[in-house]
Amino acid sequence: MHVAHYLGLLHRAQDHLARAFREVADGHAEEADLFHLCHKLARQCDAHAEALRPFVERYGEDAPQEPERLHSEIFRGCRSGGLGLLRDLQDLYLMAAECDIAWTLVGQAARGLRDDELLAVVTANEGETAIQLTWLRTRLKQAAPQALVVA
Amino acid sequence: MAERIANPWGERTPYARGERWPARVDTMLAEGVAEEDVDRWVGTASVLHANGDGYDVAVKDGRIAGVRGRAGDRVNHGRLDPKDLFGWQANGSAERLTTPLVREGGRLVEADWDTAMGRVVERSKALLAKGPGGWGRFGFYTSGQLFLEEYYTLAVIGKAGLGTPHMDGNTRLCTATSAAALKASFGTDGQPGSYTDVDHCDALAIWGHNVAETQTVLWMRMLDRLAGPDRPRLLCVDPRPTPVAREADVHLAPRSGTNIALMNGLLREVVARGWTDDDYIAEHTIGFAGLAEAIEPWTPERVAEACAVPARDVRAAAELVGTCEALLSTVLQGFYQSNQATAAACQVNNLHLLRGMLGRPGAGLYQMNGQPTAQNTRETGADGDLPGFRNWDNGEHVRELAELWNVEEHTIPHWAPPTHAMQILRYAEQGSIELLWISATNPAVSLPELGRIREILRRPELFVVVQDLFLTETAAFADVVLPAATWCEKTGTFTNVDRTVHLSEQGVEPPGEARSDLDIWLDYARRMDFRDKDGRPLIAWEDPESAFEAWKACSRGRPCDYTHLSYASLREHNGQQWGGERLYADGVFNTDPEYAETYGHDLATGAAFTEDEYRAKDPGGRAFLHPAGFEPSPEVTTDEHPLLLTTGRTVYQFHTRTKTGRAPELDAAAPSVWVEVSPADAAALGVGEGDVVRIVSPRGAIEAPVRVSGIREGVVFVPFHYADQAANELTVTAWDPVSKQPIFKVAAVRLEKVRAGDGGRSPAPHVGAPAPVEG
Repeated sequence: MHVAHYLGLLHRAQDHLARAFREVADGHAEEADLFHLCHKLARQCDAHAEALRPFVERYGEDAPQEPERLHSEIFRGCRSGGLGLLRDLQDLYLMAAECDIAWTLVGQAARGLRDDELLAVVTANEGETAIQLTWLRTRLKQAAPQALVVA
Repeated sequence: MAERIANPWGERTPYARGERWPARVDTMLAEGVAEEDVDRWVGTASVLHANGDGYDVAVKDGRIAGVRGRAGDRVNHGRLDPKDLFGWQANGSAERLTTPLVREGGRLVEADWDTAMGRVVERSKALLAKGPGGWGRFGFYTSGQLFLEEYYTLAVIGKAGLGTPHMDGNTRLCTATSAAALKASFGTDGQPGSYTDVDHCDALAIWGHNVAETQTVLWMRMLDRLAGPDRPRLLCVDPRPTPVAREADVHLAPRSGTNIALMNGLLREVVARGWTDDDYIAEHTIGFAGLAEAIEPWTPERVAEACAVPARDVRAAAELVGTCEALLSTVLQGFYQSNQATAAACQVNNLHLLRGMLGRPGAGLYQMNGQPTAQNTRETGADGDLPGFRNWDNGEHVRELAELWNVEEHTIPHWAPPTHAMQILRYAEQGSIELLWISATNPAVSLPELGRIREILRRPELFVVVQDLFLTETAAFADVVLPAATWCEKTGTFTNVDRTVHLSEQGVEPPGEARSDLDIWLDYARRMDFRDKDGRPLIAWEDPESAFEAWKACSRGRPCDYTHLSYASLREHNGQQWGGERLYADGVFNTDPEYAETYGHDLATGAAFTEDEYRAKDPGGRAFLHPAGFEPSPEVTTDEHPLLLTTGRTVYQFHTRTKTGRAPELDAAAPSVWVEVSPADAAALGVGEGDVVRIVSPRGAIEAPVRVSGIREGVVFVPFHYADQAANELTVTAWDPVSKQPIFKVAAVRLEKVRAGDGGRSPAPHVGAPAPVEG
């Protein structure tokens, strides 16, 4: 049974996304909307990870022992300027997309397990990740023409 | 008429439900001028607040000599606000700008129009010639105080001439949330109510709106019902002891930043007690299940804890709005300038939807405007939106405009929502916007976190054009200053919150070489030689009336359709509504995907939904019941900053006092800044009436004398009018994710005693919300 792998993957992905949101918030603090909203979304990711924790324990986090990493593979720290902002938000988008599909797969596993409790957690939280993705797309679309064409 | 300073609302003329509001004609003439001396009376409406009161200006010897309310006007039935009674004197101020100014060697020096406009055009052309993306080097920041014809002209210059989305009005600070909430709930902007709803309601709910001081004539109408034989019940939600609060049957003074908690609690009670109109909900709304789920946890006790109001008052408020026959609501800055602004304003819409309280006499809703012509900024697209409440994300809407203007569709910026004011400033800060054109607004005093705004305006790389009546704090940063004609010196139309359109006629000549904003922009368009795709001038109109006719064509078939109006019909009968007396009388909302102004947003993040996502909801003319969970404001109190600052207005002043500060009676009534402090907080700080304190936020500090008032404990209030001790030195840079309206109502501060007063009172007015506690 490989459920543990995917639970672990999603749990860590949420954790990494929370940290990345925080870094982007602080690294681009002069974008006031990003500062407040990214901190809020980081707290959402924390809550997602927290909600998954009992299941990670229940199914045994069977992933290989990894050193605690500050960043995901995708996000390696804040860049600066308008173009840097675009790249950072794009990284967040990819990381959120990873979470989004992992929620779907964990949900499918929960159905296979007949684990209604886990399914309830998936149902309660996957929508927030989907909104994070939609928001990132909205913000990226708004910022792109100025950053890519004008600046 | 000095009594109208002491009593801004004048004498009562009580009336009963369903009766016509009696007329009362308010007049003010210059000293020594009698009505029979007046050469002519010129039709206009209020420009110093948002009510849209119709009146006539007395002209004598080519100068304004006073004002007189029009008894037959549907809005005010003859009454006038004290700002209108006295504010006209500012037109004749010796400080008016009379010639253009240009910056030479670091100083602003007088110049002729050719020189000044030549510089603006030279810089504009240079920015366009820099290569692709020229559109993105321009930013326009305009007003809620110009005329419809001017906004529409500016919008066409921006969208079809330069092709830039970087245009906004200071309406972003005042009514952006009104527009966002109306779009979110009902599909498009457009105010559902009528002022005659005051005549027919049996309950009034006033949400974060000090209507007594910001729309005095609307409050007179309400007061006259309250004094009448079948008094409507009155709910007031405000942290300050406003005149509305004093008249209220139930006054809730929630802790700043908790509107969603309060609204969820009220809606929960309305649903739980069975006060909903279930047929209306079933036929005319979607989203009830989601809303019911969101409000379920908000028991009166939980609301009491979150908002610091008594649970029994929450129940009483819910009963007041839940059991009436005809509920009239008005919403303003206490909701719009607080956190979760759009979500909170939508909850008021939800209340009206749940109770079926729309579209019939007395059942009305004003998502109120703060400025006289803000509605037109929004209608014409001078706030960045597409004109006529069109949806930037709807290809068909863009095609309509491209056809109307005879330009390529791709010229019109529609790849994303328009750039809001704070983002425009951010691009200017980063240097990608290189020309910022500011008209009829004073961001160096009115935007949040002023230290930062000044740094941006001071940037040598940024070319700043300021178009105004006076050398404002903002104009001092300009590279070119253009002297503008104002109200009564030019002709145009504007529209108020019950969609009443007034024609405001020119009565006198502008001072010196000042020109109307319309003429300035038409001149710019000519000099820039904007052309349509057949090589004809993009802007074919040349005066206010032809601009109005052009706007009519643009508005055709949209909710704000002006095609039944004309200058001739407005001269015949000034003050006519678009859209009929009330919108949505049939319960059919503007949510059809082909017609709607938006495909919707997530209210918590501002994430924009796509056309497919919107269509999947199948709104089909039903209104949206948007749920929202409570989230604390971006800034909450700390040990270091234990008090909450809220900002706002007094009845005697408008905005940054460029006009009202130049009317002697208004200036004297509220000459300088103060801070309102509750008796408990004052005692804890060891300060009393008139003592001077420093108000410190994480961003700045100002000093002000204390007024000990009945404001709720833990909250202090500073009026934002005064440039020398500006409240916005303190406010936070944060905004609502959907409306992008800045949060002026929630900032954490501390007070430090600076010195004892001289034993006298603070300069705060004795009238209205600042009234001293001793009475």
